[in-house]
Amino acid sequence: MKPAAFEYRKASTVEEAVEQLTQLGDDAKLLAGGQSLVAMMNFRLVRPSALVDVKGILDLQYVEANGEGLKIGALTPHRWIETMEDPGVLEGFSVLKSAARWVGHYPIRTLGTFGGSIAHADPSAEWCMLATLLDAEMVVVGPGGERMIPASDFFQGFFTTALEPDEMIIEVRFPEPAPYAALQEFARRAGDYGIVAAAVALDLQGGECRSARVVLGGVSDVPLRIPEAEQVLEGADIGQEVFKEAGQEAAKVIDPPSDVQGTAEYRRDLAATLIQRALTEAVAKVKEAADAR
Amino acid sequence: MKDTHPIEITVNGRVHEIEVESRRTLADVLRHDLGYTGTHLGCEHGICGACTVLLDGLPVRSCLLFGVQADECEVETVEGLESDGRLNPLQEAFSAHHGLQCGFCTPGFLMLATGFLRENLDPTEEEVREAVSSNLCRCTGYQGIIEAVLDAAGKGGERTETAADETAASETSRNQEESVSVEDVSLSGAGEANQ
Amino acid sequence: MHDNSSSPQPEKWVGKSMRRVEDVRHLTGRGLFVDDIERPWILYAAFARSSFGAARIKEVTVEEALKVPGVETVITSSDLGGIPGLEPLLERPEFVPVTMPLLVGETIRHAGEPVAMVLASSPHAAEDGAEAVSIEYEPLEPVVSLDAALAEGTRAVHEGMNDNVLLDVIDPDDPELEKILEQAPVVVDATFDSGRQSAAPMEMRACLAEWDAREDTLILHTSTQVPYVVRTAISDVLGLPQQRVRVVAPDVGGGFGQKCVVGREEVLVSIAAQRMGRPVKWTEDRQENLTAAFHGREQRYEARAAFDEEGRLLALRTDIVCDVGAYSCYPFTCGVEPLMAAAEMPGPYRLPRYWSRARAVTTNKVPMAPYRGVSRPQFTFVMERLMQKAAKQIGMDAVEIRRRNVITADEFPYESPTGIVYDPGSYLESLEKCAEVMDASGWERKREDARSEGRLVGLGFCCFAERTGYGTRAFALRKMAITPGGDNARLRMDPSGHVIVSVGTCGHGQGHQTTLAQIAADQLGINPDRITVRQGDTESTPYGWGTFASRSAVIGGGATKKAAVMLAERVKEVASHLLEAAPGDLSIEDGKVFVNGSPDRFVSVAKVARAVHVEPHLLPEGELGTLDATAGFDPPGTFSNATHGAVVEIDPETGAVRIDRYVVVEDCGVVINPMIVEGQVRGGVAQGIASALYEQLIYNDEGQLVTSTLMDYLIPTTMEIPPIEIFHLETPCEFSETGAKGMGEGGTIGAPGAIANAVADALSHLGIEVDRLPITPDRLRAAIKESRAHGGVRL
Repeated sequence: MKPAAFEYRKASTVEEAVEQLTQLGDDAKLLAGGQSLVAMMNFRLVRPSALVDVKGILDLQYVEANGEGLKIGALTPHRWIETMEDPGVLEGFSVLKSAARWVGHYPIRTLGTFGGSIAHADPSAEWCMLATLLDAEMVVVGPGGERMIPASDFFQGFFTTALEPDEMIIEVRFPEPAPYAALQEFARRAGDYGIVAAAVALDLQGGECRSARVVLGGVSDVPLRIPEAEQVLEGADIGQEVFKEAGQEAAKVIDPPSDVQGTAEYRRDLAATLIQRALTEAVAKVKEAADAR
Repeated sequence: MKDTHPIEITVNGRVHEIEVESRRTLADVLRHDLGYTGTHLGCEHGICGACTVLLDGLPVRSCLLFGVQADECEVETVEGLESDGRLNPLQEAFSAHHGLQCGFCTPGFLMLATGFLRENLDPTEEEVREAVSSNLCRCTGYQGIIEAVLDAAGKGGERTETAADETAASETSRNQEESVSVEDVSLSGAGEANQ
Repeated sequence: MHDNSSSPQPEKWVGKSMRRVEDVRHLTGRGLFVDDIERPWILYAAFARSSFGAARIKEVTVEEALKVPGVETVITSSDLGGIPGLEPLLERPEFVPVTMPLLVGETIRHAGEPVAMVLASSPHAAEDGAEAVSIEYEPLEPVVSLDAALAEGTRAVHEGMNDNVLLDVIDPDDPELEKILEQAPVVVDATFDSGRQSAAPMEMRACLAEWDAREDTLILHTSTQVPYVVRTAISDVLGLPQQRVRVVAPDVGGGFGQKCVVGREEVLVSIAAQRMGRPVKWTEDRQENLTAAFHGREQRYEARAAFDEEGRLLALRTDIVCDVGAYSCYPFTCGVEPLMAAAEMPGPYRLPRYWSRARAVTTNKVPMAPYRGVSRPQFTFVMERLMQKAAKQIGMDAVEIRRRNVITADEFPYESPTGIVYDPGSYLESLEKCAEVMDASGWERKREDARSEGRLVGLGFCCFAERTGYGTRAFALRKMAITPGGDNARLRMDPSGHVIVSVGTCGHGQGHQTTLAQIAADQLGINPDRITVRQGDTESTPYGWGTFASRSAVIGGGATKKAAVMLAERVKEVASHLLEAAPGDLSIEDGKVFVNGSPDRFVSVAKVARAVHVEPHLLPEGELGTLDATAGFDPPGTFSNATHGAVVEIDPETGAVRIDRYVVVEDCGVVINPMIVEGQVRGGVAQGIASALYEQLIYNDEGQLVTSTLMDYLIPTTMEIPPIEIFHLETPCEFSETGAKGMGEGGTIGAPGAIANAVADALSHLGIEVDRLPITPDRLRAAIKESRAHGGVRL
């Protein structure tokens, strides 16, 4: 399990990184935290001809509340999100902090980066799910300059994104706060990727749900929005009954894979259960917020 | 042609200037280029944690990082924990609580716990259990490891941070020669159950 | 025989939780594992391994590999000439011998088999070279399941055979058993399966071979439990006298059985080092360890048990099949699992009539080797499930049915229907204690209360007997061509009065350097810090079998005690001259030899040692200048026992099982070091929980292992392994020198049965039978759904 040979370059600015990617050709890859990439290289499942190490671009490490929304620098370590205390951020985005504990293990979270996880595009990765759930936009820089890619266009399949080979994510923007959002996942062993994960966000007025978002991980090749489940919730009086129905509706419409961790039917059951539990957690936050006030 | 790069890496306070092949992981560099063989490789895909070291003070998997990335970084390994032939409180606690058997995973757990205790001076058992779940041990069933980390925290997490200065003052420290003859309290299950 | 009168010294160190001698080196990074060793001019080996589960090799091309920078040479089967493979033997007619080739030249029998060995200047270059070896295959239909292997018309994994059965033994036979089963008032009947597992030691296999040209000797450092067995295999294959092969096991990072057999890689690096005249090192990586190192545990039991109305076991019939993979392991053979299962299945229970058939079935999978517990975790699970099923059928309490069947104090020595003699144990006492601790009598109410809240909680028990310290007589019944048995210890006192204990056992995490020193210290009357235990080197230790089958405390400890007694006598003999007193009037304590009854008449042990070596003029003429004693020990075997109790809660929606409480009441006779014993129990239980709930090696229909990383092969973490409460009972062993019984495997043996019964108890109202391991959340969830829809189901 020793990786194949590659050429190593270090970039200290985004411009330099993009320039080197352009020079080195399509087989070159960016190296950020490397927590998925290096493991895959050790297995020789991927063998980039060159790596451009961007870990040293320290000005891409930040979490900033920006009016309503939130901006996360692409090279922000997971651990920063897990330990953030800024009430201005937590008020609207506590789901990021609470989901961070599901991201790998502690030493993985110290090196792994937010943007790296998004670019890796594992469909059950927490950040990819939350980006889809909360309509995040990826700020991407390439030889032609900067562009924004909405999450709905960004994730295209297993480990496949809308990024061009010579492009780099520099920031992830969450446009709106989501105080009543939650993520739940189920893995057989602590710290593993979830067999299925569910993320939900609710917009509540009194006991009524004005709008809802439901995203599943582990059931498709991308983090999957489930409009059918959202429709069950929208306009409904919130409560276990409707949560259960939303989960069951999702279980009906998905077409998950079967593998050694579980059959498709098991994943459907998990999807229903985890949606219900995530909704319960999200609503509990309403009460927490009220109590806090 | 091998792609090699000169790096300057500080390990346990000692500066090394070496030329490394880019594909050698930090674990390879530590073990085979620099001779710090206390860091072990148990899976090379980031699951087992036997290779955990501190990089600029934080626990990382040295199998998931290339040595060349550690250029100008400070690395701490298991070899740096004791000083003047004395174990630090964390090492002492691992021995007292039987937190190791074959010893292969031990350096990874020690470095993980060292980093953890720097961030959490007074962790709960649940916090220790969750942090320590990062690494795998096949021998102990983990109970001794969790007790050891909690015990070391109770004896002052700070002390593990600057083991070199403070361990000598620790009453629990014993030198190697003495350790064989020291009788310790057994963690008898009966006792726990009665509590 | 163990009794206190045979101990010339009161036990001062045995029984104490002494800190381990081994700890300091491991806590400071000063341990030495094989991969830590480097040598000038070393070559690194990597293997090109088969990607097919079953195939004929048409051609192996190495030209491209030889062009890879850093690659020195590539060795294939055709380069090995007439060097034979490993062919372990059982000397019984029901056994079919098969040869494990060192490198495959013709027929691939499992994915991951080595086809070519690449030697290069770095591990990276070696792997580049292995990747560049081109192998042309003609695929064959892989045989990947027990059902397929046993089906009529299935291709034989080994050419020339008519079927896939390598061993088929009916023993004991009992022609009247069927009649008893037909007439019995209560019969339980079920099929049980257990999943394939890897011991997965944290240190994977590794070896470094060097040719010492000065001595014309091969030196092999290898991560092994059995240095002398490795030496025998290598000297046989290489045609070297055994004295010209030296095998060294430095620190070994766990073995659990996977390293008590000989791997072909150990032989291959030895050949390569001899040929190249350069050191050659191979360090297995985790993917190789899962796809090419030995597996175990894949078994099926068709069992029928008869009981009377009172719940007493009348008869048992079992048909045991073990999926042993592609080859026999050296030296134990593929018989190790089936023969163990058949011989010891009755366990802690009084069983009047027993019929058993045990088969070893070959498939296109990695070969089986002993893994901690060897079949006992499986058949204990089967027996305990049968007990639970019978109790349910009769309407009897889980504890009561066991109470009526366990062997009790007045029955020892008890002889089982397979002729094994049980020494005294505490089967009933450990059951009662465990039931009391778990509050078994109040359980049903708790369970029902939980159910009324929609929660599924269960309590399970598991009683077992753990045979340990197998000596020659026990192993001889297996009829292995290479029969392990006793072991030896040599004690030497140096001129400073310090002692080196050299043993043939070979600990790898069990703390033998501590416990053997405790045993010797008591007999020699000196502090254990004056005793150094050496093991794991065929050059410097007495001949011995290494460490496996929970043999070392009993056999190595027994030999150590015997030799220590002899050395103590010798010390007294010398001291008698210095003190001018009869040896029989002397005793040793705190490093001094005293004249009994005269506390001020003594000479220090150090002075005695000094006199013997460098002051012989103080002694009578003819006193030879050594303090040296060697003793061997070969016991008949002894049974430890325990009862495990587990409380679980099942999440009916996800199928997850959480262990809320785990209790072990164990009896391993005299406890040498309680801390170490408890560590063995806890570590064993963790591996047993892994068998019950997490780990399984799964092959797909193409014969590929799909769980080939630690992301898929789920070794549990701190979050899955609960705190384990331990209670000790002590029935000293009458057959071991120290009164100790072996106990390295019990934790692993008891956990699957306890957890399966707890899960079954939680689901008892749903008619779900838990007969298959591991119990995975997807199957559990499916069973709960199925049962709610249609009633009873086998999980």
